[in-house]
Amino acid sequence: MVFDQDIAQTRFGYGRSPKVAGPRNVDEMMSLLRGPDVAEVGLEIPNEEDMRRKMLAFVAARRKVSMAKDDSDKKEALRKQFQAVRRSAQEDVAGWIGDALARRVWSRDGLRERLVAFWADHFSAPGKSELFRYTAPSYVANALRPHVSGKFEDLLISALLHPQMLHFLDQNNSIGPTSTRAKNRPEENLGLNENLAREILELHTLGVGAEYTQYDVRQLAELLTGMTTIQIEGAVYLTRRVEPGPETVLGKEYGTRRARISDVHEVLRDLARHPDTARHVTQKLAVHFISDQPDEDLLVAMGARYLETDGDLAAVVEAMLRHPAAWQPVGKRSGNFKQPELFVCSALRALAVPPQKFQLVKRNQVRRFLDTPLRTMGQPWRTPFGPDGFEENDAHWVTAQGMAARLQWALGVPAAVLPELPDPRVFVETTLGAHAPASVRFAAEAAENRREGIALVLMSPAFQRV
Amino acid sequence: MSKARMDRRGFLSRGLAIGCSLAASPMFTPVSFAATGGNNRLVVIILRGGLDGLDLLQPQQAALRQLRPTLAARAPSGLEMPGGMMLHAACRPLWPMWHAGELAFVQAVSTPYRNKRSHFDGQDLLEAGTAQVPSGTARDGWLNRMLQNMPNSEMTTAYAVGADPMLLSRGDAPVETWSPDVNFVMSSQGARLLELTMERDPEMARAMHRAMALAGEGGGGVMEMADVDMMGGLEEMMDAQMSPDGKDKATAHVRVAKFAAEQLRGQARVACFSIGGWDTHANQERNLKSPLKRLSNSLLALKAGVGEKVWARTTVLAMTEFGRTVAENGTKGTDHGTGGMMVMAGGAIRGRQVHGRFPGVDEVDLFQGRDLMPTDDVRRYAAWAIRESFGLDRATLEDVVFPGIQLGDAPRLLA
Repeated sequence: MVFDQDIAQTRFGYGRSPKVAGPRNVDEMMSLLRGPDVAEVGLEIPNEEDMRRKMLAFVAARRKVSMAKDDSDKKEALRKQFQAVRRSAQEDVAGWIGDALARRVWSRDGLRERLVAFWADHFSAPGKSELFRYTAPSYVANALRPHVSGKFEDLLISALLHPQMLHFLDQNNSIGPTSTRAKNRPEENLGLNENLAREILELHTLGVGAEYTQYDVRQLAELLTGMTTIQIEGAVYLTRRVEPGPETVLGKEYGTRRARISDVHEVLRDLARHPDTARHVTQKLAVHFISDQPDEDLLVAMGARYLETDGDLAAVVEAMLRHPAAWQPVGKRSGNFKQPELFVCSALRALAVPPQKFQLVKRNQVRRFLDTPLRTMGQPWRTPFGPDGFEENDAHWVTAQGMAARLQWALGVPAAVLPELPDPRVFVETTLGAHAPASVRFAAEAAENRREGIALVLMSPAFQRV
Repeated sequence: MSKARMDRRGFLSRGLAIGCSLAASPMFTPVSFAATGGNNRLVVIILRGGLDGLDLLQPQQAALRQLRPTLAARAPSGLEMPGGMMLHAACRPLWPMWHAGELAFVQAVSTPYRNKRSHFDGQDLLEAGTAQVPSGTARDGWLNRMLQNMPNSEMTTAYAVGADPMLLSRGDAPVETWSPDVNFVMSSQGARLLELTMERDPEMARAMHRAMALAGEGGGGVMEMADVDMMGGLEEMMDAQMSPDGKDKATAHVRVAKFAAEQLRGQARVACFSIGGWDTHANQERNLKSPLKRLSNSLLALKAGVGEKVWARTTVLAMTEFGRTVAENGTKGTDHGTGGMMVMAGGAIRGRQVHGRFPGVDEVDLFQGRDLMPTDDVRRYAAWAIRESFGLDRATLEDVVFPGIQLGDAPRLLA
């Protein structure tokens, strides 16, 4: 294995920074990842309880408006109150996005931040309603982030049984067709919704190519009945919604006794430890971090480590980092074209944009510097098309519009967020380090002004392929 | 800000007049597209939010006046349509198009989406063209599946225009996406250096090359420094571009339509974009005007932009995820419904028609007692428009483009 300090930062972090030193070896990377989540310090993680309180206030304020008599002065006043609640929710979201950016730009533990983004994509649950768009950052911070260096099964349970996911994949409407609840209300035609069950097998665990059948999907959907959300309490298990009788998923019987949430946990743990899940998850990690066509030997090593440790994600990441394929310079079977989020965040890190810049981020600034540019680059902030997340395939991102949007950002945003741009001749060294090609050094020096010089470095293949 | 905006405008028009030195380097030679098969054009516009078809084309019925006390009480626009319906006054600019036989409507149509009435799922279904909400990895759009099955498909150029990614055009067939609001100005020296850094990365260089050419069409791209200095400097110009207020938001949709028209006048045969703002839960009388104006202006911009000859071969389909409740709600608006309306335009269509069967608005006629009952599948009309424009066969349309639909009898959409 040839550890490379630049690759450690660009491929497994948010890139080089002129102010934050990169890790010196894999031991250091792993001790940061296995250690406490220090990047949180000073940068607020949305508090789950707080969030639930705000959700309830939002729903209550909205309901009051719709209940009030039309044309009354009271209705107008209630509408104003609701607008205030809504504005506050939007400001919270802007603040959390700002904090998430600041962590990526200033963290010593860039690997952890990249893993959070990876799992946020694997367990994509962008809000399907206004309210759930506001709660999405809290879901990532509270349901996913604490588990990125833990066991996959804990991450899986935490993600899937979170109100954000239950709402996104329609679990709240899935009710056992012969459950007490369905029998008591025959006129409502209550029944199963297979969405969550299907995506668990297809996307979150085994993978679409694995050997499971429609029968498994159906049985898993029956087993999941009971899981739903109550606004005040959050995710709950309601036995009156549970489909009676045992279910068989991949040949194993669950729920043979009285319905309990532990049945749901048990099937998810079994799925998490399944060899197909090991293959699916490790392949996805290798593709995301190393190459669209990862080295076969690397996949074998990661898969084996996964099975030995029952899906200990830190151990799996370590297996990846201990493998020589992780440290190959960019070439046919190593290196990826940065996705837009990584492009933007690694540019902000290379520019060492001060943390207070992100904490003062106002809604319209988020829109100007982040939302709109990421959208035109093809990757609206954590809002993929569906539960399958964003494309991993490099070719998907190397498009005319994508390149134009990156160039527009590189020419405009650095100058807008920094009082003074760095000297491009220095910037090329601090950003690309030992990997700076002669052509980019030349371009940085020959540029007619700083703005273009910085943009040339950020647009270079050396910066965008890592 | 307003000064910067004016400067930018002036800069752009003069920049265009001078010509932007695009030929100075091999990177800036014009985009070359392959020759194409067939000359017909198809434009698909997704109307996001749920257009109220009953307000766009108001049936003059007593029952409706009861159900819609404010919306149906408006003074009639005088734009009389077949069956005594009135076209919404905000669409007055389209009246000549109607009379020229270049505008038509399809009433009481919907996708197979029922009961849930979520924008998110409704739009997914509309763009996927399937019977079920697409899930997991099987997510591509019907427009893309159409492209894959067009005669000479490898030579067809298609554009998805605008900043919002669209499921409609997603899939294996290559579709160029471009937003005219993506813009940059770079010195020719900077562009040459950019080219130098990408010399060993042909994939990136190719994409950048196309980006330069497309930005040039929009008045941006590469400028000679002498021109830039004359016009007040690159910095100021970039500042104006970075500011969302630097552009007139009210005309963003027209820029999109103009760009689409520009491409269709050239090599492109297919284009799609979306227009939002249809979710009129409150004060619909006021709030529906601006999206209707946006739609009208977009159609007029398309017609003007493609020119007479191409317009004669153009079919435009404007589709929405669902209609709205027949009854007005408590806030003088309407809520998510089911049966909706498709708008068709273009010189290729058989215009001055309102297609489809109106189911009535008496309580027994309604879907679940609240929505206009869909009397046909909107995908069937889209399929026929495709069949008549590009000659795709019945089986491909029924099995691949819109899996599971029955094409049935031709509604004779095109002239």
